[in-house]
Amino acid sequence: MNFERIREKLNILADAAKYDVSCASSGSNRTNKNKGLGNSTGMGICHSYTEDGRCISLLKILLTNYCIYDCAYCVTRKSNDIKRAAFKIQEVVDLTINFYRRNYIEGLFLSSGIFKNPDYTMERLIAVAKKLREENFNGYIHLKSIPGASDELMYEAGLYADRLSVNIEIPTVSGLKLLAPDKKHEDFTKPMLKVKNELIRYKNERKIIKSTPKYAPAGQSTQMIVGATNETDKDVMYSATYYYKKYQMKRVYYSGYVPVANDSRLPSLGSQVPMLRENRLYQTDWLLRFYGFAVNEILNDQHPNLDVDVDPKLSWALRNLHLFPVDINKADKRILARIPGLGLKSVHKILNARRFRKLNWDHLKKIGVALNRAKYFMVCDSRQWERQDLEAEKIKGLILQNSHGKFRNQYSQQLQLFN
Amino acid sequence: MNPSKILIYDGSFNGFLTSVFVAFEEKINVVDIQPNHQQQSGLFSETETVFTNVSKAKRVWNGVRNKSHSAISNIYFAFLSETDGVELLLFRYVQKLMPTKGQKQSDFSDETILRISQLARSVGREKHRMEAFVRFQLTKDGIYFANIEPDFNVLPLVSKHFRNRYADQQWLIYDVKRKYGIYYDLDHVELVSLNLKEIHFNKIKKSDAFLTEEYDYQTLWNDYFKSTGIKSRINRKLHTQHVPKRYWKYLSEKKETA
Repeated sequence: MNFERIREKLNILADAAKYDVSCASSGSNRTNKNKGLGNSTGMGICHSYTEDGRCISLLKILLTNYCIYDCAYCVTRKSNDIKRAAFKIQEVVDLTINFYRRNYIEGLFLSSGIFKNPDYTMERLIAVAKKLREENFNGYIHLKSIPGASDELMYEAGLYADRLSVNIEIPTVSGLKLLAPDKKHEDFTKPMLKVKNELIRYKNERKIIKSTPKYAPAGQSTQMIVGATNETDKDVMYSATYYYKKYQMKRVYYSGYVPVANDSRLPSLGSQVPMLRENRLYQTDWLLRFYGFAVNEILNDQHPNLDVDVDPKLSWALRNLHLFPVDINKADKRILARIPGLGLKSVHKILNARRFRKLNWDHLKKIGVALNRAKYFMVCDSRQWERQDLEAEKIKGLILQNSHGKFRNQYSQQLQLFN
Repeated sequence: MNPSKILIYDGSFNGFLTSVFVAFEEKINVVDIQPNHQQQSGLFSETETVFTNVSKAKRVWNGVRNKSHSAISNIYFAFLSETDGVELLLFRYVQKLMPTKGQKQSDFSDETILRISQLARSVGREKHRMEAFVRFQLTKDGIYFANIEPDFNVLPLVSKHFRNRYADQQWLIYDVKRKYGIYYDLDHVELVSLNLKEIHFNKIKKSDAFLTEEYDYQTLWNDYFKSTGIKSRINRKLHTQHVPKRYWKYLSEKKETA
């Protein structure tokens, strides 16, 4: 291989791909056949973490960063004056396999700028995946669906890839018009719909014919940029819910906008990445998917944005104090999961342990419940509990006083002594 | 009252299970169970050396497994943690498990049970870390070679994962701390004990045991690692939380910093 050339391309094309946050390698079920290379079982592995703390599980690169579009939020937009490069198909295949053999990665995440037209680009992405599978590579492959790609190509992509994704990027249709005037909303949703329908068809056919070829076993996902337009948290989460329901997304990712351009339509270069907001959105996403919350319980017209100083579950509980305290030894699973400070693992342990004896504060502490938050919302087998009828503001104050958060300095009203 | 005894076993998992068997069979009042390389006699108790017996060990294994699959895997994982005194803790665990009908292994309000499940969980975490942090280097003999130095003795737990994944390449993973490795010869995995003179971690200096191509790929990986990070989001604390510093010297992407 021409080492120096590959090195240069890799630097350019990995740099351009890093704004895609998805790095999941889980949820697939490809086993190693006939002494081939690799497998992808249900569990993903993060092989390393970048210095910003994000997981590195896949070799995440663009096939090329040439692009015919000019989306304001994107670093590879055609009007941006940056170095351009393109990989050959075999170069990507060799890199992936050699990284994989050294246990650096779980597989490949391949995206691309759009050159010539969407179908032409999609064909090239598929060719890489196909070549990898032909070399008996069973690792994880995540392909980007190019907005506007035809249904036939989306079908073919699913035969080789484990996961497909189209990034919706801008949560509102009006925002999309403003920032990406060349793209239409339908360009994004059409490939999603095709993948969803194929997944359903695969599931049905597989019931009858066991040998139906796999179709994108790890499903599809999408990503939204937050903080690029002036959307509210409610806009973001309502459209996330829509994509989860309508297209049966495995995941919706939220990516705090990293300023990459001087454009009057966008936050200026050097403005802070909204990491706290991103964090709160993910917490909400988890509440919706695993804790049985409905989106309108957390975000609605009275509360269009999430609290910054407390997590969304606590914030919900403070607005609904009439539902508390909950008896930890009697309440059912769904109710337990709604107590602030209790995660699903604690809930599981509590449900198991309470079959043997009534639990008290000491048990709960050892199990790992965050009592500093939870204690205001529950009673257990003990004579001591919060007897006073505290008001929501008071509880919030007490919790904030007795805890510390990693983002606290970003919103704290208090003056910093040392800075 | 039965005599109080300290049981001494050979340090192997089967040896430990045999001790459990002996203790139950002879109704011994167990004071402690100790591996023979770190035995410590008590003032008022006698010691008894237990000889490893695979069929006795198997009876304990099957007995516990018939009760619960998660209990037997907890026992094996916690044993591999090599924590001081884990044998006695495990013995108490089995004592609690055996007489009861219910799912005693999930009584997380019991201190012994909670402790064992927490230990098993930390070993599980280390296993998962090793599946992630092994960095193979291709030697001139065509063997993918990696050094590791895990906190717990997890090599026996990761061998299946690597066999399933790298079925078409020869590989060797060597535990520097415990001085043994697992080697896959394209057919099956075997334990190998060898005393390596040189430990190949991330030195800038190149060793002639490896191909130049190997160092090229390490450079590419190192580059990739750098260019995939986003500068304006830097968060070193989170980074070291995920990749603790003690592993850095074997990770080629951390070459300069280790």
